[in-house]
Amino acid sequence: MLKIKLKHLLAVRWFHWINFPLLFLMIWSGLLIYWAFPVYHIGPLHFFPKTVFNALHVPFRLAEGMALHFFFMWLFVINGILYIGYTLISGEWRLLVPRSWSAFRDAWEVILHDLHLRSQLPHQEKYNAAQQIAYTGIVLMGIASVLTGFAIYKPVQLNWLTALMGGYPMARLIHFVLTLGYVVFFIVHVVQVALAGWNNFRSMVTGWELISENE
Amino acid sequence: MNNTRRHPEIVLPEADLQREIRARTRRDFLIGGLAAAAGFGAYEWITNARQVDGVPWPQRRILDFNGRLARGYLRDSHLMPTYTADRVQYLKPNGNDGLDADFDVSQWRLHVAAAESAPDLELRLSDIKALPRVEMITRFCCIEGWSVITSWAGARFSDFTEKYFPPGQSLPPYVYMATPDEGYYVGLDMKSAFHPQTLLAYEHNGKPLEPEHGAPLRLVIPVKYGIKNIKRIGTIQYTTKRPADYWAEEGYDWFAGL
Repeated sequence: MLKIKLKHLLAVRWFHWINFPLLFLMIWSGLLIYWAFPVYHIGPLHFFPKTVFNALHVPFRLAEGMALHFFFMWLFVINGILYIGYTLISGEWRLLVPRSWSAFRDAWEVILHDLHLRSQLPHQEKYNAAQQIAYTGIVLMGIASVLTGFAIYKPVQLNWLTALMGGYPMARLIHFVLTLGYVVFFIVHVVQVALAGWNNFRSMVTGWELISENE
Repeated sequence: MNNTRRHPEIVLPEADLQREIRARTRRDFLIGGLAAAAGFGAYEWITNARQVDGVPWPQRRILDFNGRLARGYLRDSHLMPTYTADRVQYLKPNGNDGLDADFDVSQWRLHVAAAESAPDLELRLSDIKALPRVEMITRFCCIEGWSVITSWAGARFSDFTEKYFPPGQSLPPYVYMATPDEGYYVGLDMKSAFHPQTLLAYEHNGKPLEPEHGAPLRLVIPVKYGIKNIKRIGTIQYTTKRPADYWAEEGYDWFAGL
């Protein structure tokens, strides 16, 4: 039997597609700011080599980056609050948030399945355990980015927050690492969406998914 | 669970179902395309609007809005954390605008323009040193992103104003400070200038201020980024109009508060 089912609610689709360019702009303007003091590295691996900055035309745009960052931060925060609020009030959070610690074991099995190392998927509702962890984690990361962001934006007026985030230099480092996390998330997310196919992608735009079920 | 109420299903004969989802897809991708175009247009406008001091005006508006918000929240009791002397780090001299190499420190005087009706003052370093001495070890935050723990001694700007601003006059909302050659200048809101950690500093690490750090007298204002911590103050002017600011004219936030 063929049917169509409303998979993604209208509000959630808007929050998602508004968040996408906003997060992109926060990362881009953040890079313009970070360039002015680009000290982070893991051994010889520098974030980022001069050639990367030059290729992206990042150098000497600190003022531009700050003006953009402190403009779009409001839209990013408002959209995020509306999304979280909507998810809580509508009850959609129940589908998103992992319900027990076994989600981590299930998520591992999902990963093995996706890497073609296992044929069976664990039981799931709307989202599998790996998705639940990723989509809940990305919201927590967003909250942490806002908190560490304000900690380095106002280290005197919000000195309690800066202290809570580990101090000024630590808050800046966390803010940066979270941003790398978004880039990793984005890459995995886009690959997974591409693999999941058109029906799945279409449901993030129209809301509706075509389902064929054996009765 | 109201899951099925929020996530309804439509069951129709296959041909109708295909028609239904095609119609929905057409409509929603069209709406999505229009929304994307509108978003792109908004971004173009936000980034290409007429510039005010190097920033497109919608962004300048928001920078100023953020500044007003921050000034409203600013309190004398919100302090930059202080540190012990063993935590003090090396402070890199960063920027020498307004620091003329041929400057003769012995000829230095501080010009103070307090009010239209009052005569300008000309002060010596001893006049500043006569004010209550404050020692402070705080983090110095550069707008570039780096920060170091620094040690200063000087007089509170609030004590300075109490002594040298003419009594009976109402204090204007802004103060302007410039180097003797006016090669560098900052504008400050009075609330930040009156913060208890705002110093007219004459000592760095227990020694007289070095030339590259603004000898003989500089501003140390931990509630602002380093760009507002003007070196070698030549002029202090109390003013009712928001003063010019060197880096704000180059596209930075005028308030630049921490």
